[in-house]
Amino acid sequence: MTVDSLYPQLEPLLAQVQKPIQYVGGELNAQVKPWDDVAVHWALMYPDAYEVGLPNQGLMILYEVLNERPDALAERTYAVWPDLAGLMREHGVGQFTVDAHRPVRDFDLLGVSFATELGYTNLLEALDLAGVPLHAVDRDETHPVVVAGGHAAFNPEPVADFVDCAVLGDGEQVVGDITDVVAAWKAEGRPGGRVELLARLARVDGVYVPRFYAVSYAADGTIAEVLRTRDDVPARVGKRTVMDLDEWPYPKQPLVPLAESVHERMSVEIFRGCTRGCRFCQAGMITRPVRERTITGIGSMVDAGLKATGYEEVGLLSLSSADHSEIGQLATELADRYEGTNTGLSLPSTRVDAFNVTLANELSRNGRRSGLTFAPEGGSERIRRVINKTVSKEDLVRTVTTAYANGWRQVKLYFMCGLPTETDADVLEIAELAVEVIRAGREASGTKDIRCTVSIGGFVPKPHTPFQWAGQASAETIDSRLKLLREAINSDRRIGRSIGLRYHDGKPGVIEGLLSRGDRRVGTVIERVWRDGGHFDGWSEHFSYERWATAAAEELAAFGLDLAWFTTRERTEHEVLPWDHLDSGLDKEWLWEDWQDAISEDEVGDCRWTGCYDCGVCPTMGTEIQIGPTGRSLLPLTVVR
Amino acid sequence: MQKLRLRYTKRGPLRFASHRDLARALERALRRAEVPMAFSAGFSPHPKISYMGAAPTGAASEAEYFEIGLSARRDPEQVRAALDASLPPGIDVLECVEALEGSGSLADRLDATRWRIDLPGVDADELSAAVQELLAREVVLVAKRTKNGLRDVDARAAVVRAAVAVEAGCAILHVVVRQLTPTVRPDDVMAALAAVADLRPPLPIRAVREAQGRLDDSGEVADPLGPDRAVRSCCQEERAQV
Repeated sequence: MTVDSLYPQLEPLLAQVQKPIQYVGGELNAQVKPWDDVAVHWALMYPDAYEVGLPNQGLMILYEVLNERPDALAERTYAVWPDLAGLMREHGVGQFTVDAHRPVRDFDLLGVSFATELGYTNLLEALDLAGVPLHAVDRDETHPVVVAGGHAAFNPEPVADFVDCAVLGDGEQVVGDITDVVAAWKAEGRPGGRVELLARLARVDGVYVPRFYAVSYAADGTIAEVLRTRDDVPARVGKRTVMDLDEWPYPKQPLVPLAESVHERMSVEIFRGCTRGCRFCQAGMITRPVRERTITGIGSMVDAGLKATGYEEVGLLSLSSADHSEIGQLATELADRYEGTNTGLSLPSTRVDAFNVTLANELSRNGRRSGLTFAPEGGSERIRRVINKTVSKEDLVRTVTTAYANGWRQVKLYFMCGLPTETDADVLEIAELAVEVIRAGREASGTKDIRCTVSIGGFVPKPHTPFQWAGQASAETIDSRLKLLREAINSDRRIGRSIGLRYHDGKPGVIEGLLSRGDRRVGTVIERVWRDGGHFDGWSEHFSYERWATAAAEELAAFGLDLAWFTTRERTEHEVLPWDHLDSGLDKEWLWEDWQDAISEDEVGDCRWTGCYDCGVCPTMGTEIQIGPTGRSLLPLTVVR
Repeated sequence: MQKLRLRYTKRGPLRFASHRDLARALERALRRAEVPMAFSAGFSPHPKISYMGAAPTGAASEAEYFEIGLSARRDPEQVRAALDASLPPGIDVLECVEALEGSGSLADRLDATRWRIDLPGVDADELSAAVQELLAREVVLVAKRTKNGLRDVDARAAVVRAAVAVEAGCAILHVVVRQLTPTVRPDDVMAALAAVADLRPPLPIRAVREAQGRLDDSGEVADPLGPDRAVRSCCQEERAQV
């Protein structure tokens, strides 16, 4: 089958839309393979705008891993802005890939990476534009298999009607397994049609096929049970874990867009997983255990990546980068290597207890010294014990003051509002903290020219975390606490003018909460919102709380439920949670104990340093902690000055 | 500091790149090509690059120019080849010459553009009539969106010459436009044709900047790198004599 490019039909439309460059592809290191040379065709989608989706590491990794296979090709597609979507509908142009502008409808698989639940409506929009039936049951064997991945896929139940499969955990290996299954099924002449293909996929480790699991509900609206409908699929689906990251040095050739994107730098993931045990953090819970790349592995990725991209900044990514066992040496040796080349290094944010001036100086030695970011998350010591991100107020003030004393002028502090057990007093302590930081900072730096930005968002309880049982704070609670905080910060203008406050109102968090902990019944709400014109829900100018609230009220009423039932309601210990049949490795009893410990403000250590506390992941998944130090160093490279 | 002046293209799908997209692409390509860029001094050093007269987003170009400062001397042709190899197809570096001191600024030599505008679906005779009508006018004001909101601009004043041709059944407008402030672009020329003769193309137009440079007495657009080239070849001759 030959598949023609849609570009000739698309090109005249591009002259009429905003930022047309995002739709033309041709990025540095992009690949286009001949359609007929391969057996399996993947379209990979990031369900948000190109500028957000292009830098996504997960998608970039899978794109490269798949394109390296001789029997597969992968192309990328992103959410299309409403101006172009309207023209595409008017002129009958379907959802296309940016690489070869092939119609998504013609691919064997459509892989969608959900970093956040707010991309769900964009998936529906893309399916509709592609001419693929919205509901998985309405598709036949000529339609692509829609595969969800990413962190949100650990509870794919709200989109269970729209996806064919969800993949749990690391994608590098499982996409290969899926490709093998599809290739074999096609080679055999597609026996048994789509259902047989999906049944085969359901037997791949880490792949969940919702249609083979039936959910029944109790009279009170909770889930009675989730049962598989065929005995050749697993009762529980476990996540995938890639061990030895040095063997997976992707992306090797990072994509460099012409269009501006949200991250104007290349990134190297220096480790995966985190066992700090912050109780709000879904990423830290579902990506265990910690697996470090070695200093030499990182060094060669940085070198190859810079040569392939020409970026002038390298982000050393992970969930808590300063915790890498070789971070100090890594920063120094990279700074030595790129001395005089205006190549900067950066960490996403730093734990207060892992920060030191030497490290921060080494990171900015060859680049621009940007601001520092810390994420204490909780305003009071008490609430920081609840969330298990313990740091004393004194340490926090001392660390930030040290940064000011050493020449940093701008420090950002991230907090959350609406955490379990939180009171107004916990949030108001953020103001005290900020005031103290500025006061001490002015004294230590000898200048009034310092700033502290407090960035605060509403907490959303997530599946597979100790807070999965928690009642989410209402939007009114969040808004009233943020108002108190704003007033407290502004009460003393002499200090307050050095403090910036960035916050969002509580309403979007409620919808995120509905989508995070929702079950299959929430699918009706998502579909309704999309039909009512909802998409790009991560963008405040497109998000409409009223649209979601109306849809939720009307659609959930059919089940005798409402928005509050899914969000502010606290769950009981033995309630069947929508994601219980999906296994992140975390033992449910351990999660419950950790939830109880949270309420009683008891902390838990990090198993990298204090010994195993039986969260369950390593024995269940057959994995282990992989950390250094390796004792190796970076060999000097010849760098052109 | 060695100063190099380069001409590059914006072809194919990359015509949809904005001038900021191109600047980012060029700067990264310079790094990949390991061109020894000179940097500005100060807290936040920037590579010494000047861009000039960028074609609008959506318009293709055979004649975009920029100037770079190098911290070490390099052979211009080698820089051209290395940079060209580092850039995606469509952004092609066609020329690179060393700027001669005292030859004046490159920006001053870019005061006119020769556009070729393809008008699919437009009747060539109708286009010719519209062009005659435009040229016959003294002033044709068109509304133009600028930084300071909508503003009326005299599109006629910018048009130096205009001629109509037909290629493969498609009407083509060849037009030389003087670069004034604010710049009169192909869209503005089209707006002027709509204003004087109600010419409204049924399909999107395709504009290509074919040349950019100083307007000579005959209304032609001169090669803006000519002065650098002329002086250099003369220097080379002098060296040869020695």
